[in-house]
Amino acid sequence: MSEEKNAAPEQVLICAKCNVAMKPGQVRASYLGSEFPIELIKCPVCGMVYVPESLAIGKMLKVEQALEDK
Amino acid sequence: MDHAKARERESQCIQEQPPACTSACPVHVNARGLIECIRKGDFCAGLAVLNRTLPFPGIIGRICDHPCQTVCKRIEAGAAIRINSLERACVEYGRGTQKKPLHVAKKDKKAAIVGGGLSGLTAAFDLASKGYGVEIFEASHLPGGRIREFNAQQLPQLIIDSDLAALDELEVVIHLNVPVTNGSGGGASFDEIVAGFDAVYIGPGPHAVDHLNLELAVTPSGRIKIAPVSYGTSNPKVFAGGGHRYHPGDYSPITSLLDGRLSAASIDRFFQGASLTAQREQDGPFVTTLYTNTQGIEPLQAVPMSIKAQGYSREEAENEARRCLDCQCLECVKVCEYLAHYGSYPKRYVREIYNNDTIIMGAHLANRMVNSCALCGLCKEVCPADLNMADICLDARQSMVKKGKMPPSTHDFALRDMQFSLSNAFYLARHEPGFSASSAMFYPGCQLSASSPHHVASIYAYLRDSIKGGVGLLLGCCGAPAAWAGQEELFHSTIQTMAGDWQRMGRPRIITACSSCYRIFRDNLPDLPVESLWTVLDNAELPRVRPVLKPQTMVIHDPCATRRDKDIQQSIRRIVAKLGVPFNELDHNSGLTTCCGYGGLMSFANHEVADKVVKRRIRESEADYLAYCAMCRDNFAARGKRVLHVLDLIFGTGSEDPAGRKGPGYSRRHENRAKLKTELLRDLWGEQTAEKGPGMKLIISREVSELLESRMILEEDLQQVLHRAEMTGEKISDPKTGHFIAWRRPVNVTYWVEYSCGDTGLIIHNAYSHRMEVVGDGP
Repeated sequence: MSEEKNAAPEQVLICAKCNVAMKPGQVRASYLGSEFPIELIKCPVCGMVYVPESLAIGKMLKVEQALEDK
Repeated sequence: MDHAKARERESQCIQEQPPACTSACPVHVNARGLIECIRKGDFCAGLAVLNRTLPFPGIIGRICDHPCQTVCKRIEAGAAIRINSLERACVEYGRGTQKKPLHVAKKDKKAAIVGGGLSGLTAAFDLASKGYGVEIFEASHLPGGRIREFNAQQLPQLIIDSDLAALDELEVVIHLNVPVTNGSGGGASFDEIVAGFDAVYIGPGPHAVDHLNLELAVTPSGRIKIAPVSYGTSNPKVFAGGGHRYHPGDYSPITSLLDGRLSAASIDRFFQGASLTAQREQDGPFVTTLYTNTQGIEPLQAVPMSIKAQGYSREEAENEARRCLDCQCLECVKVCEYLAHYGSYPKRYVREIYNNDTIIMGAHLANRMVNSCALCGLCKEVCPADLNMADICLDARQSMVKKGKMPPSTHDFALRDMQFSLSNAFYLARHEPGFSASSAMFYPGCQLSASSPHHVASIYAYLRDSIKGGVGLLLGCCGAPAAWAGQEELFHSTIQTMAGDWQRMGRPRIITACSSCYRIFRDNLPDLPVESLWTVLDNAELPRVRPVLKPQTMVIHDPCATRRDKDIQQSIRRIVAKLGVPFNELDHNSGLTTCCGYGGLMSFANHEVADKVVKRRIRESEADYLAYCAMCRDNFAARGKRVLHVLDLIFGTGSEDPAGRKGPGYSRRHENRAKLKTELLRDLWGEQTAEKGPGMKLIISREVSELLESRMILEEDLQQVLHRAEMTGEKISDPKTGHFIAWRRPVNVTYWVEYSCGDTGLIIHNAYSHRMEVVGDGP
C-alpha cells in the first residue's frame, strides 16, 4: 500500500480551512494493531489528510479484509 | 467446537459414504468410479479402477455373482445397472493397459497357501503385493480350483492364464500336484509346512477335512473351525477360508475372493503383532448410510446386449453407464444456495470451520463462509442424518467473538441498527393510554416498524379495540441480530432488558408481529407468554375497516423463522382464506421454507450469496408473493418481485400498487422507527417529544441514494460529517469541480462525503467509508 500514489498528480485539492494546496506527504494507516506508512496528500499547514475513494474502496478495503481474517 | 465434536459432526454427513453397489460388494469395488470412466468412453481407466481392488479382474469380471446389482438404486427407477457386464466391458476394451509394476520392499516373513482356489490365489496375491514371500501348494495340476469349472465361453482359459501371470510377476512360487495332509498318501506334510512358514492360509474347498489330520479344531461336520472376523483357526499361525466355509451349492466367487483378502489382511496383522479384529467393522459387505433421492428420476430399463455371449459393445456399455445415477446425497446442497456456493458439502465444511476455529497462525480462510449461513436450519430438515449447519456456523461465530477473531466489519452495521432500535430513538414500553396495567402487550418488532410503520399503528388500534384490560406497547429489538452475530453477551443483556420491562409491565402476554421475535422469545424467555399476531388474528374477528384489495391468486411464502411453528403457518392460511384471497403453495414451504436472505445476517456478511438465495426463491413462482415478515417482503421487493404483506390485505395500504412497492432503504428504516415512536406518543399519549432537528437539507439523487444503500451509509452519517465540516471549517475543496470533501470518524468507520452547496440545500455527489484509521502526524 505504501508504494501507491494515491492522488492523481494533476488533482489539486485545497484545504478549505487553511486555504492552501494540499501536498503529498507521509501518513500512517492503522487497523487492528497493524500500521503502515503511506503517501497521501495532506495539508502542509494543519495536516488534514485526504483519502481518495479509489483507495478507500480498493486497496485499503482489501488490506482491511486481510487483517480481519488474520 | 472441540476436536471430538468436529469429528462427530463430520461423521454425521453421509455424503462420503460409499454408494450401495460398493458397500454391497464384498471387496468394495468402486463401481461408481468405474462407470464414470465408461461414461467418458475411457475403458482403460475403468480397468485401472478394477485393478485397484481386484487381483484378477479378467476372471472376476466374467464370473462375479455381482451382489452389487441387487442393491443398485436404479432399481427404484427402472432396473439395476448391469455392473458386472460393465466390469467385463472394461476388461475387454481396456485390455492392453499396462499395469503399473509393483515395487514392494521384500519382507522377511513368508506365508504358505494351501489350496490354489480363488481364495488362496487372492491371499497369495495380496501377501506377495505387501512384500511377503509366498508359496502355494495345490493338489491338482492347475491353480484355480473351481474357477476352472466355468465354461470356456464365459471364462476362457487364456483369461485365467493371463490373470494368474500376475502371481509370477510377484514371484509367488506355485507347487502343483502337491496334496497337503498329515495323513498317508504322499504330497507335503501340513505340520512341516506350518513349521517351515511364518503363517499358513488354507483354503481346502467345500469338503470335510477331518481325514487329513491337520490337528486343527473342526466342526461336527468335519470342517475347520474358523473365527468369523479374523479367519483364524485353533492354531494361531493358521488361517482358513474360501468355499470351505460354505455349502457346496452356495459358491460365490466374490465371497471366496473376499475370504482370501481378509485372511491375508489377518496374516499381515499377525506378522506385525497387531490386533486381528480391531477396526474391521467395514470388512466385507455392509449396508451403506449414503442416501440417494430417486424421486422424480425418469425410469430407464437396462440397455440390451445385441450379442449376449460377447457382452456389451463399447457403445452399449457407454449407454448403460449413462443410466447410472452416480449416487450422491447432497440433499442439503440441492436446496441451499449457501451450501452450493462453496462448492462442497457439510462434511468438508465442518472440517474447514474447525480448522478455521483452531488455526493459530495464518489467515482464517473460512470466516466468510461461517458468517454467510442464514442459520435457517433447512439443511437439517432435508438431511437424512439431521446435520444442522446452523448449529455449526453459530457455534463458530460465538467462538470467533470470544477469541476476538470476528471480523469487525461483518456485523457492525446490523448491530448498530439494533442499537438504534434499543436507543431512546425507538425504544418504548407503555401501558395503553388510560390504563395502569396491561393484559397484553403489542411487540411489533423493529423491522415491521421500519418497513410499514402505518401497519404498526393500525394493528395497535385494532388490538386495543379487541382486547380488554389494556394493551400495552413495547417498541424495541428482540436481540436477534446479536444472537445471529454470535454476540452472546450482547444478546443476553438485550433479552434480559426486555424481560425486565415485561416484569415491570406486570408480566402480560406478548403479542408479536414478527416471527423471528416470536422464536427468540420462545427459545430464550420460557416464562414469557408470547403469542403470534397471526394466531391472535386467526382467533378473532378481522378488522372491517380495510379498503379491500382484490389480488389475483398469490403464493404464500413462510418466513424461515416459522419453520417449527406450524400453528402460525396454518393461521396465516386461514386468515388469507377468510379475506377471500386465492392462494397457492410453493414447493418448498412450511417446514421446508427457505430464507429471504436476511436470516443469520447473511446479507451483511455475503451479499452475493444472499442475492442468490433471494433470486432463487422469487423465481419459484411467477405469481405475486404473499409474505408475513417485513424483511421477507422487502428483500423480495428489492429484487423486483411483486409481493404483498398479509397486513396489506388486512389493513390496506393507501397505495395504488402495494405489491410493486419497494421497501425503504436503511436510512428511511431508522427514520420510520423514530417517527413511529414520536407519532404514537403524540397521538395516543398526548406527549410531544423534543424532536431532533431535521439537520441540513440534503439533496440526494436516486443514483447516489442507491450508492449509499449499497455502501451501508446512512443519511445520519452524512449529516454528522457535514455538520462537523460546517462547524469546524475542516473540509477540502476541489477547484476543478467546485465540490467540497469532508470526513468524520464517529467510532470505527471514517465517512467521506463529497458535496456542493445548492440553492435549497447541500447536494450530495458521493460518499464512501473505510475502517482503517489514517493519521497525518501534523503538517
